[in-house]
Amino acid sequence: MKEIFVLAEHRQGQIRDITFEMLTKGEELAETTDTQLTAILLGKDVKKYAETLSKYAEKVLLIEDIKLENFNSEAYQQTLSQLIIKKKPLLTLIGHTSYGVDLAPGLATKLNLPLATDCIDLKFNGETLLVTRQMYGGKVNVRATIRKSKSYIITVRQSTFTVQKPTMNGEIIEMSSSLSEEISKKRFIKYLLPLSGDIDITTADILVSIGRGIKDVSNKPMVEELAKILGGVLACSRPIVDKGWLSSDRQVGTSGKTVKSKLYFAIGISGAFQHVLGMKNSDLIIAINKDPNAPIFNFANYGVVDDLFKIVPSLKEKIIELKSARSQS
Amino acid sequence: MDIIVCIKHVPETAEAEIKIDSSGKAIEKTGLVFDINEWDDYVLEEAVRIKEKFGGTITAITVNTEESNRTLRKCLARGADKAIRLTDAKFEGSDGYAIAKILHSVIKDLPFDLILTGVLASDDGYTVVGSILAELLGISHSTMVKKIEFIESVVRVNRELEGGLEEIVEVKLPVVLTIQTGINEPRYVSIMGIRKAMKKEIKVLSLTDTGLSESEVGEAGSWLIINELFIPPMDKRAEFFLGTPEVIATKIVDLLKSRGLI
Repeated sequence: MKEIFVLAEHRQGQIRDITFEMLTKGEELAETTDTQLTAILLGKDVKKYAETLSKYAEKVLLIEDIKLENFNSEAYQQTLSQLIIKKKPLLTLIGHTSYGVDLAPGLATKLNLPLATDCIDLKFNGETLLVTRQMYGGKVNVRATIRKSKSYIITVRQSTFTVQKPTMNGEIIEMSSSLSEEISKKRFIKYLLPLSGDIDITTADILVSIGRGIKDVSNKPMVEELAKILGGVLACSRPIVDKGWLSSDRQVGTSGKTVKSKLYFAIGISGAFQHVLGMKNSDLIIAINKDPNAPIFNFANYGVVDDLFKIVPSLKEKIIELKSARSQS
Repeated sequence: MDIIVCIKHVPETAEAEIKIDSSGKAIEKTGLVFDINEWDDYVLEEAVRIKEKFGGTITAITVNTEESNRTLRKCLARGADKAIRLTDAKFEGSDGYAIAKILHSVIKDLPFDLILTGVLASDDGYTVVGSILAELLGISHSTMVKKIEFIESVVRVNRELEGGLEEIVEVKLPVVLTIQTGINEPRYVSIMGIRKAMKKEIKVLSLTDTGLSESEVGEAGSWLIINELFIPPMDKRAEFFLGTPEVIATKIVDLLKSRGLI
């Protein structure tokens, strides 16, 4: 029986969420294509994960090797390519993560198999594989057909598929490592933990967050003041940290912090998914952006389509008015 | 150290309202400002810094139409020594895989120690070109790089993982590195740089020069064939405040009051 492979992703003693998201989608695809769902688990001393994965897959292929202890795209590529050549799966799902991005393109090229990256949906129409992915920072979706092949590789965007309750009791199969040759080009050295700053944005009730739309660092004080009179903390999206206008401990998103504030003000933030994943669970989200189609309005409870340089000063004025009226009464 | 930088001339869309064009397979480009891909801006700066430290040359390469000359000129003005533009109507419809093959056809015959490119391009966001190129060249790669350090024949890089975590990896030279935004502070173009760049030549190559066949490039040589583009459906659209800035501000304050937030 043909298989659908899902590459399990794990780091620092944990299976990463993307693994279960892919297994959920994989189960659905396996049903529609009459294939078997197989989780691929590579690592060292990871048997304990195989148990967990077996509840989500019909089969878990476990390969342990000291060379697979930490993620290394060279070692992973060698192992996976031999496995794919041998088992010829219909489809291999890999997370579109820092690991998947390092692994999938080289793997697909080596095997001469078509790859579609960062997919937010995929389905088979007969033997044809159709995918949906995004362009222009999430402002446009694209439907594409993948070049016909006996085997496909897809990288899947994080937090796209909702994990379902496990229903399976898969078989765990241990295979011996095929890594005979030395991993010579690439070597993992160590992890570097994020620096902890003096402010923890994850514990703030009110976050006023700025993005590219504030245009210049000289506009930062205007928004900082809004944060102050609201009793909140200034946060930001990635471009602000890239430009050095705020330190990385203020960054909200996949490469920064995940927050769940009572109020999240998104000011001049278009809402690329990398940012949205870090803030969408806040209680109340208000977004100000001049593009009415900015993806942020899909996640905000309230929106303002206008120039932030007009709205923010007005807003500050009104809050100050309210506060002074209160202090006088 | 001889460095090749693969760059792309793209429309700036982060702050713009986007419309799909009549073909349904591309966006309406009129009215959009084009510039160097944001990631490539950092690529170029990193290359210039490495050249300033170790000497050598920088060659900037792009696969695109003649309009990308502006971005190539920018590269030359900021410190690139040579520029190559691969232009052919047959390249149209190329995905990241086809682009990597076209780049490879030229780069394989050039001397280099290091190839730098952006993690992704802000238009199609494939995130594949650098590592496919490395595989085609038979050399190593590392992606999402936030720091580069040279130690004899290896490069020690910091890779950006999720949640602010990084990993340090050592990779053997020659290598392709894909650069993440924020790795450095890109400098502005100097007047002197612009003057110097005017004198430098942009070498233009076509499909025939690459030695590739028609079936290896464009849509025919791609993994993905685009069927249609569409604006993502707004399923949970926000409730909008309308009116003058003052009216809007009052409505926001009322909302915050009702939620006990001020």
